[in-house]
Amino acid sequence: MKAPDFRYERPTDVEAALALLADGDAAVLAGGQSLMPMMNFRLARPQVLVDLNRIDGLAGIAEDGEALRIGAMTRYADLAGSDLIATYAPLIARALPHIAHPAIRNRGTIGGSVALADPAAEMPALLMAMGAQIALRSTSGMREVAADDFFLGLYETARAEDELVTEIIVPKPAPGTRHGFYELARRHGDYAMAGVALAVGEAVRVAFFAVSDHALRAPEAEAALASGDIDAAAAGLEGLDFHADPNADVATKKHLAGVVLRRAWAGSSTGGNTA
Amino acid sequence: MGRVEYWGEHGMSDLHKISVTINGEAIRASVPARLNLVDFIRTEAGLTGSHVGCEHGVCGACTIEVDGAMVRGCLMLAVQADGATVTTVEGFADSDFGPALQEAFQNNHALQCGYCTPGMLASALEYLRGVRSSATGPDRAAIRDHISGNYCRCTGYQSIVNAIAEVATSKAEGKS
Repeated sequence: MKAPDFRYERPTDVEAALALLADGDAAVLAGGQSLMPMMNFRLARPQVLVDLNRIDGLAGIAEDGEALRIGAMTRYADLAGSDLIATYAPLIARALPHIAHPAIRNRGTIGGSVALADPAAEMPALLMAMGAQIALRSTSGMREVAADDFFLGLYETARAEDELVTEIIVPKPAPGTRHGFYELARRHGDYAMAGVALAVGEAVRVAFFAVSDHALRAPEAEAALASGDIDAAAAGLEGLDFHADPNADVATKKHLAGVVLRRAWAGSSTGGNTA
Repeated sequence: MGRVEYWGEHGMSDLHKISVTINGEAIRASVPARLNLVDFIRTEAGLTGSHVGCEHGVCGACTIEVDGAMVRGCLMLAVQADGATVTTVEGFADSDFGPALQEAFQNNHALQCGYCTPGMLASALEYLRGVRSSATGPDRAAIRDHISGNYCRCTGYQSIVNAIAEVATSKAEGKS
């Protein structure tokens, strides 16, 4: 189908975009690789569409001391070509080939994925596993929210309607941190049936996607992996809040979570992108 | 320009003036905000080589080149292409690997009904541009990865991979 009608706004600076969001009933158009299909299906019917694509300064990857600052409008294709990402965010580098298809990665943005919070998307779980912060701005100020506190439910986040995701702040991993990523999908690049990202170092973080209504940390598995006990980690998934989807019931999700955890652990390594 | 009947239900909507270069030709038009880029290309620019399949970014039939990157024509608005340089399948014929791909698709019977072909060619072009000339032999797994976002409902994937591999081989051997 075709999208229903809307008022189109194309601000050229963040302040103008924030003013439009403050007026209400506006949707933010980033890469459009999820919002446009939702509008074409008429699942989304915004009155106003605020297109961020002509705002300078919202895209780019910069090193800032012990962290990377990734602009919300940075596209997946740009993450894939970045040496900073390969060096300091190896989990993202590992996951990128699994995130949709080349033509989608040419448009899709990290901020769009974060703000949408699709339960099967990789980025929310990656950010949780990396201990990232999400920077939000509105006309009344700015704040940073930890990825752990940002993803609340099915397409539900801590972002208020008048806030814009402007930046993702990813701490550089401690030396020697072990990273692993694995996902199962019916067709390469399609939405996952289950997936996991893990970082095991000074801190241990294990985050699942596509097994619940939002990305989830797995505290019991983390405690077990801290001592390298993968069997105990897999057994520790029992208590997670699994949700069924049209592909798989809860029992299957639970089973697949154990499978992806074991495979991610088996394929994990220290250092840069080796996937 | 201006097929009034197409505007239909959104006759009240604001029109946006755009200027876009498609296959080397500068085009100016007024478009409603909700008009998809691929619909603009087909109905307003009259270039019907780009196909519209699923309209939600899954099938890949509408894949076109915008400012040097292959994108879904159904997931961009025409108004977003204001100032952009667009190349469609009609323009691929004159591009770097266009002629070689045409020949290879023909030799390998890489199209049956032809519906997916414009999008397949777009993805093939992007793949070939990234192949290093020092590459040793075609990487069929990489080709499959790169066209994984394009559906061929005739399921003629083997022949399509064969055709792209043939051009990749000639590039690696420095013939094109």
